[in-house]
Amino acid sequence: MNVLSDLLFWAVFAGGLFALRQQRIFWPLLALALLLLFNNLFTPYFFNLEIRNGYLYGSRIDILNQGAKVMLVSLGMTLVIATGGVDLSVGAVMALAGAVAARLMVVDGHGFTTAFFGAIFVALLCGAWNGALVAYLGIQPIIATLILMVAGRGIAQLVSDGQIINFADPTMVFLGNGHLLGLPFTLTIVLALLAATWMLTRRTALGLFIEAVGDNPTASRYSGVNARLVTFLAYLFTGLCSGLAGLVAASNIKSADANHAGLYLELDAILAVVVGGTALTGGRFYLVGSLVGALLIQTLTTTMYARNVSADIAPMPKALVIIAVCLLQSEKARRYLSRFTRRPATPPALPSPAVAPSVIASPAQP
Amino acid sequence: MAEPQLLEIRGLEKSFPGVRALQGVDFTVRRGEVHALMGENGAGKSTLIKALTGVYDRDGGDSRLDGQSIRPGSPREAEALGISTVYQEVNLIPHLSVAENICLGRQPSAFGFLKWGAIHRRAERALARLDLTLDVSRQLSSFSIAIQQMVALARALDVDAKLLILDEPTSSLDENEVAELFKVMRKLRTEGLGIVFVTHFLDQVYSVTDRITVLRNGKHVGEYATTELPRLELVARMIGKDVSEVEKMNHPPADAAAPPAAAAPFLEVANFGRKGSIYPLDLSVKPGEVVGLAGLLGSGRTEIARLIFGVDRADSGVLKIDGQTVTINNPRDALKQRIAFTAEDRKVDGIIPNLSIRENIVLALQASRGPWARIGRAEQNALADRFIKALGVKTPGPEQLIKNLSGGNQQKVLLGRWLATEPKLFILDEPTRGIDVGAKAEIEKLIASLRKQGLAILFISSELEEVVRDSQRVIILRDRRKVGELAAEQISEQAIMQMIAAPTGESQAVLHPSS
Amino acid sequence: MKKIDPKYIPLLATAVVMVALYAGGCLAYPNFGSLRVLVNLLGDNAFIGIAAVGATFVIISGGIDLSVGSVIAFTGILIAQMVGHGWPPMLALSASLFIGLIFGAIQGALIHGFALPPFLVTLGGMFFLRGLSFVVNPESLAIKHPFYLTTVRALAIPLTQRPIVTFPLTAQCFIVVVIAATALAIYTRFGRNVYAIGSSEPSAVLMGLPVATTKIGIYALAGFFSALGGCVATFYMQSGNPASFVGLELDAIASVAIGGTLLTGGVGFIPGTMMGVLILGLIQTLITFQGNLNTWWTRIAVGVLLLLFIALQKAVGARRR
Repeated sequence: MNVLSDLLFWAVFAGGLFALRQQRIFWPLLALALLLLFNNLFTPYFFNLEIRNGYLYGSRIDILNQGAKVMLVSLGMTLVIATGGVDLSVGAVMALAGAVAARLMVVDGHGFTTAFFGAIFVALLCGAWNGALVAYLGIQPIIATLILMVAGRGIAQLVSDGQIINFADPTMVFLGNGHLLGLPFTLTIVLALLAATWMLTRRTALGLFIEAVGDNPTASRYSGVNARLVTFLAYLFTGLCSGLAGLVAASNIKSADANHAGLYLELDAILAVVVGGTALTGGRFYLVGSLVGALLIQTLTTTMYARNVSADIAPMPKALVIIAVCLLQSEKARRYLSRFTRRPATPPALPSPAVAPSVIASPAQP
Repeated sequence: MAEPQLLEIRGLEKSFPGVRALQGVDFTVRRGEVHALMGENGAGKSTLIKALTGVYDRDGGDSRLDGQSIRPGSPREAEALGISTVYQEVNLIPHLSVAENICLGRQPSAFGFLKWGAIHRRAERALARLDLTLDVSRQLSSFSIAIQQMVALARALDVDAKLLILDEPTSSLDENEVAELFKVMRKLRTEGLGIVFVTHFLDQVYSVTDRITVLRNGKHVGEYATTELPRLELVARMIGKDVSEVEKMNHPPADAAAPPAAAAPFLEVANFGRKGSIYPLDLSVKPGEVVGLAGLLGSGRTEIARLIFGVDRADSGVLKIDGQTVTINNPRDALKQRIAFTAEDRKVDGIIPNLSIRENIVLALQASRGPWARIGRAEQNALADRFIKALGVKTPGPEQLIKNLSGGNQQKVLLGRWLATEPKLFILDEPTRGIDVGAKAEIEKLIASLRKQGLAILFISSELEEVVRDSQRVIILRDRRKVGELAAEQISEQAIMQMIAAPTGESQAVLHPSS
Repeated sequence: MKKIDPKYIPLLATAVVMVALYAGGCLAYPNFGSLRVLVNLLGDNAFIGIAAVGATFVIISGGIDLSVGSVIAFTGILIAQMVGHGWPPMLALSASLFIGLIFGAIQGALIHGFALPPFLVTLGGMFFLRGLSFVVNPESLAIKHPFYLTTVRALAIPLTQRPIVTFPLTAQCFIVVVIAATALAIYTRFGRNVYAIGSSEPSAVLMGLPVATTKIGIYALAGFFSALGGCVATFYMQSGNPASFVGLELDAIASVAIGGTLLTGGVGFIPGTMMGVLILGLIQTLITFQGNLNTWWTRIAVGVLLLLFIALQKAVGARRR
């Protein structure tokens, strides 16, 4: 039974890989495949899949479920990074959203709907704050979002009065623990947000504007693109994504923990986006790539759990992945590498493109 | 030949992939002279200077300083040899004090600890050589650009420079500041320094330099004594003409004879200017008319275009579209008024390099419609196909990234981007720069056909023959001022060149050498 | 009267905030003004202060260092482990300082050599050392060595006899580091090059300054100071803990910014950073004295201060232009 399902899994995965061999997403997918293959061969029980009470269980399902938070945040982070920025406050915003929802339900006695929309509203407010600082006041993104990163958790603790608020609202608990069609409900949320993000960016012109602004802000402005509004919206949307992720995080543990919710998640999200093929310098973005990146990171974490590596040591391999991916993206590193692999076949970069090409055109007019 | 010249460059060669930027250039600078290095865009001036200051390594040829063969590998090595440079943009550290900026990297110290008193004294001495007294402990950025330029000069001289290179140091100075600088240059000349002076202002060349070397398209055109080279001839050499040839060409261009279709101007500006960028001027463009802007680099051509398009804001005058006064604060406002603008620097201000041809073409139209009304993919494809065909863009397909195209094809895509918005006024800033001859001809043909379709066109080019060939009216700019306007049969290369080359009365009065 | 250079305005504001907080505390609580509170303020915040001094150099150069907290935690657990295995404390301290220096240099080399963004490289560094700390020892480890148990205490300088107030070794280290770093920043070519690179790196290159060695040196120095902060932290905690000092880098960066250092680089003051650290400490002390306020107010207060100072920097910068 298990052997059959494994074979089916690998057949589908290999088929997918082959179909996408020309795409940018191939490389993160391949890395994910190799990591899964390693587990399939060497990690006992990793590929076990069983059905309990009509729900699927197993490490691979865990990865989807546990990776949901990073996947949600990485969707927003993708857009922010595509504009050439970064949002460090997502973890703090998650903690705040969880705290707001829990407080509204437990302390103030509101129902799920109020709590849900209250939390999302606060998260959007945070996004708008970041967006305003970056787009309209011109503060560099790292610094602007640092403010909320520092203060956000404090505000979250203020909201939750410094307590871990436990809740039992069935709808709220369902968000992070429920199942739909045998699969974790968190997966539905991720797919829904992916669809929404895709609609927002690819069915409107926002995606084009974001890529244009991230790739060449001056030329975009000259073409009439409202670069400030586009940047603002990217941060606003990231607020929404962080809010959703915060609700899922709280729901997972049926409580709002302002100290630990979303801790370090900004780093995972940035990593997921970069692994997924979106460059930190901005420009083209890849939503599905970011999700694959998030899954890769979660698989790495789950692998280490499964192999009894302490959760505390887990950051080490993550760090090596960060540096490796950055080096792969770095122009300079590629140049060094090509110097070793090939002889100086590649010409040195054109030192002054602004001056040089005009000479080609020397017009010897008749 | 008893004593070698200060600097002797023979047959200097420098190539970049696909381009021979310097082709056997000779250049000689004597002790105690100010030597102008002249040439239009792409002439090779900056490549020559960078080869001299160790930013680039040369491919061939020889350079000798005081008879010794030199080959500096970095600005620092060049400085050690006695070659110092002051750049157009002040290349100093804005947040540090004047004293530090002069001494940075060579501060007097004892046991590894800096001697601040000595640093300040040394800086004051260096400035005194320029007849300048400043509070050297003040932050550099608190001084005007002119003073910062002087500080840069003081730094350059602080290392026993033998050869001083001034790379367009005057572009952001006003007349009095330029006069101050010239006083200093003359003083340094008497001290025996060789000074290489790069500028776009002819008046300055004639008021301060002793000799002139002209480069064009990476080649050495000639070396002249300033007093023996008339202005008209200098301009002719820079743009690659013989004066006799120019005089013969004094006939009105065929196409220009056609009068404009409409009488009322589409665009009209009056007393329109911006401090430090362009003196107030009047200008109008009618539908069905090409107005050429002629002038040397730095004469204010691009600045006018940027003001009209809202990239910079005008601080005087009014702008009227179809007779209505409007305010244009940014390119979005200009787009709303159906104005289009292709900028001079395609790479920085034009292309979105990592997006496809299709996306680059739809961008401005999409921006004018706003983010929510997305242009459907079918319409995008149709637009892309239409302009690729109409403009003859050579590409395997519309999904090709624009950065992979040649310069001429990139330019055509950018023209397509703006034509897609159906503009009424098209501002073209050097649309033919840096593209091959075939593409140039196509773009000129396009300009003519757009004019016939009733577009108003403002055409900027440093190729005078293009301006003459394509314009119905020509506005001539010199030193950031409008100095004249020619219409119809008055338009000729010679007439334009004479206006460009004419000395400015007042600046000559201020700046004429006392010798 | 001489006009104040606008670049000193944030520094002046920092001094005003610090004095106001201290004066406010003295007025509100009777014991706040005591010498003991003042000494504790310096002693308790010494390790973060020392690390923040290192971060100041990085930020002046236009970079950022997120590995501060991890380096401190790693240094702590490493020393605890080495001393536990019988190493002489002096050797363990020197070894960890050396490791901090090399670690920083590697980060600097990656940043400069491959043109990688500093926040990502130091983020990697932060993850890496945090994980490595748990490899060294997964649990908190007390340091039981005569040097720690008696010598550290004995080195404290007695100030008053009744009540007994001493100036602890940690505070001494802090003061010495601030003085040394100030001298380094003002009186050496290296220090001035740091400012030059932060203000305009392209200009620094054209002026012929040694940009590469300086940049690597800056991160090496930051690693060294963070490790020194870790050493001082072991004096204070008498233990090492791989899970400690999470998020400390943010406090360090906030202190630097509140201390008047321009987060865009080029302008910065080591004594300002010391004041920034003391302001953070004062807020914490005030909240402790208040008693019924929770500690999370500290984070909010720091966030608000950070916002105010960034806004102030922006306003000053805009006016200058």
